Amino acid sequence: MTTPLTDAQLVARCRAGDQTAWRELVERFSRYVYAISVQGFRLPEHDADDVFQEVFTRAYTHLDRLRDDTALRPWIAQLTRNLCLDRLRDSSRTQPVSDEELESGAIDEVLATIDDALTVHEELAQLGEPCSELLDRFFARDESYKTIGEELDLPPGTIASRLSRCLAKLRQRLEGRNTASNTSGGR
Amino acid sequence: MSAHSWNEERLAELLALLKPPPAGWVEAAAQLPALRAVMDDLVARAERDAAFRAALVADLEATLAREGIEPTSRVLNELRSRLETD
Repeated sequence: MTTPLTDAQLVARCRAGDQTAWRELVERFSRYVYAISVQGFRLPEHDADDVFQEVFTRAYTHLDRLRDDTALRPWIAQLTRNLCLDRLRDSSRTQPVSDEELESGAIDEVLATIDDALTVHEELAQLGEPCSELLDRFFARDESYKTIGEELDLPPGTIASRLSRCLAKLRQRLEGRNTASNTSGGR
Repeated sequence: MSAHSWNEERLAELLALLKPPPAGWVEAAAQLPALRAVMDDLVARAERDAAFRAALVADLEATLAREGIEPTSRVLNELRSRLETD
């Protein structure tokens, strides 16, 4: 398994005009941006689509304004958050999130959870096959045992135990990451 | 990242939170550099050639389609805006 590019390396390659790197950046953050707009701010799909495209348009256009290349993730989160808030404030339709909710810490709490989810997703990618695909298909893509069994050529009766083992592996990796982070004083 | 310990139940919840967006959204965002390049080229040609500009403005959708770009409302609006300001 090849080591994935760090966010900073990805930014550098995008700035150099590497279109493959840009695609990787979009794929790396697509679920994150989608989750912030749909799960965090509860935007309807058509608004979330506009926000999604605008986030990546601005990221592409203003990548040279990013002062710290390691801060790509919080920068994209902030871009998404601001565009979601603009969308909600500009909307004359029924607002799915009230002003009180926007002003409270409720959104911050959801966004922190989404941030954790991205950390888990990054670690999932490092877990390798078949665990990464198995866990993603079952939990994120809501696929049934039957579908997963057919797609991955696994007996459906073994999937539950494999999922359990893969979750345990993922947990070990994340706990190892926490330990390393604590030992080194953070990333 | 929050400092809580990870457990399988929470991991399952977090995995379920990051669902893939519709594939078309990702593809459109991934195509941005290529799209920008085509748009830059069209705008530059419109600046140099008044006849091309007139034809472009008259039928943006057909021109974009000829260039292999899907003429979505977002693309059309952006190109119109750039042609107005350039």
